[in-house]
Amino acid sequence: MEDTLLLKVNSLSTQFVTKDGVLPAVDHISFDLQRGQVLGVVGESGCGKSVMSMSILKLIEKYGGTVLKGSSVLLEGRELLNLPEREMRNVRGREISMISQDPMTALNPVFTIGQQMVETLCRHKRMTRKQAKETAVEWLTRVGISEPEKRMKEYPHQLSGGMCQRVVIAMALSCHSKILIADEPTTALDVTIQAQILDLFREMKEQTGAAIILITHDMGVVADMADIIMVMYAGKAVEFGSKEQLFRKPRHPYTQGLLASVPRLDVQVETLYSIPGTVPNLKKPIKGCVFYDRCPKAERRCAESVPPQSVMKDGGTVACWLYAKAEETIDGRE
Amino acid sequence: MRKFLLKRFLILIPVFFGVTFLVFLLSNLAPGSPVDAMITPDMNEAQIQDLTLRMGLDQPIVVQYAKWLGRMVRGDLGYSYRTKTAVTGVIGERIGPTLVLTGTVLILSIAVGVALGVIAAYKPYTFWDYLASGISFVGSGVPSFFLALVLIYFFSVKLRLLPTGGMYTNAATESLADLARHMVLPVIVLTMSISGGYIRQSRSAMLEVLGEEYVKMARARGIKERVVLLRHALRNAMLPIVTAIAMSIPFLVGGSVITEQVFGWPGMGSLMVISISNRDYPVIMGITVYITIAVLAVNVIVDILYALLDPKIRN
Repeated sequence: MEDTLLLKVNSLSTQFVTKDGVLPAVDHISFDLQRGQVLGVVGESGCGKSVMSMSILKLIEKYGGTVLKGSSVLLEGRELLNLPEREMRNVRGREISMISQDPMTALNPVFTIGQQMVETLCRHKRMTRKQAKETAVEWLTRVGISEPEKRMKEYPHQLSGGMCQRVVIAMALSCHSKILIADEPTTALDVTIQAQILDLFREMKEQTGAAIILITHDMGVVADMADIIMVMYAGKAVEFGSKEQLFRKPRHPYTQGLLASVPRLDVQVETLYSIPGTVPNLKKPIKGCVFYDRCPKAERRCAESVPPQSVMKDGGTVACWLYAKAEETIDGRE
Repeated sequence: MRKFLLKRFLILIPVFFGVTFLVFLLSNLAPGSPVDAMITPDMNEAQIQDLTLRMGLDQPIVVQYAKWLGRMVRGDLGYSYRTKTAVTGVIGERIGPTLVLTGTVLILSIAVGVALGVIAAYKPYTFWDYLASGISFVGSGVPSFFLALVLIYFFSVKLRLLPTGGMYTNAATESLADLARHMVLPVIVLTMSISGGYIRQSRSAMLEVLGEEYVKMARARGIKERVVLLRHALRNAMLPIVTAIAMSIPFLVGGSVITEQVFGWPGMGSLMVISISNRDYPVIMGITVYITIAVLAVNVIVDILYALLDPKIRN
């Protein structure tokens, strides 16, 4: 079990200091990622999903965030948060790669596809430019791009969104990364292209054995792809569990709300369900549970103190008072 | 690309004729005549009339322009009313000093302006940013004649370190070192006023590009920060920077009128002032031709640069 553990994130917290207060964008997030596993991270926009991935790559400082002391990110037992920038640069793109939301803006408009792929390869692999070019063409073929030699000489604006995303994926995989962090990889694409890209992800996962952290707000995508799921709300991991458990028996009221708001084909409804209220302003300190004002099952203690992380029998965790100290009974009852 | 260039070149021809005709017309419309500047107290009405006829000033403006144009295309810009020598010669001896001065200023301003702008954008709201922005404000805000006078007062009058003006101390001391000493102050004044705009433009262009997704992704691919900054970001920020540089070139090629005047620099700027006050039409027209050609050439170069910098324009 131990040697299949690839990434161990422990109590990761990132905050932004703004002029109207401190914003805890990521608040004590912990999870384990095994080799070849797909972790789905779901939550609505602004819940800290992207900040979390940037924090794992130690890039968040460039964008004004601070990773708090006590946070830990272990990649195969090596602490990334203490690594000097020089060594961290070797982790980025070689061991952990990122795929971003909008493929059209992820590629530099003034360089050709080939130039950008060769740059990455030469940075991480001991390769001559000629070898790098051959490798790049090979990867473009693998991600399903026709006429790869011709595409190598083209600029991003000459390619469609789906093609750009394929290029980005090829670039991320070409250095044999162990982990792919895909931050909403299908959001900016047409629905038909989305399915193709997800298929490609699956195929690439089979071929390379890379683990994937799939960040999305699309429950459908997670249901399709993920092995384990983390639900984030306002910077906190409110629930964590296997896909089966989470979709069949969602524990946290927020997860239940999220699933209830997914449109269903088999039920006719006038209006879609939505969780009442809005995400709280995190710059003001919150005493109790972050979901308190929107929670249909809120009690008095929810407003007063932060709910503990309860570990359930099936390995899932949930941060909600409903489950505090009652792990056994509740699981037993259902 | 070839079609693009051909189009750019063809459009220059009507622009050139338009500009020269307009200047010809305007300088003739201004009250007074070159003859006024040549009248001596002992001249009578008939002699003045004769002079006007000889200079062809009695003919319609269009005819005058056509005649001027005919000579111009053969490289003959006429004779200066003031010095009675060929205009090409008068301008020729002034072009050198202006090009030396403005060339130095341009290279220095680009280096200083882009470097400070990039640093300011990379470390926004820090000491470096405030320093760069401060230089930029002072440079663009303080009039150049005032800055020139302040510098002359301190460095020339008080400290006696540098000459107050001119290009060489005298004919006997013509050397590169002497030229450099005379250039220090005018170069500082012009660089200050020009690089101010470059700093602001580079800063804002870089700030925008540094927020782009592809910069983040380049970092996430493990690219070195220096490469991210100078290769990935600056290449994209170059377009607005090139525009800012191009906009300031017309001002430079004409020789900075005020700065040249204050420092007694024997360039195009001061020639322009003398010629206008003497109604020396042939020289004014000669300078116009020179500036027009220079500006048009710069425009073409900038268009080519755009195409080189941005693949979207190229295709």
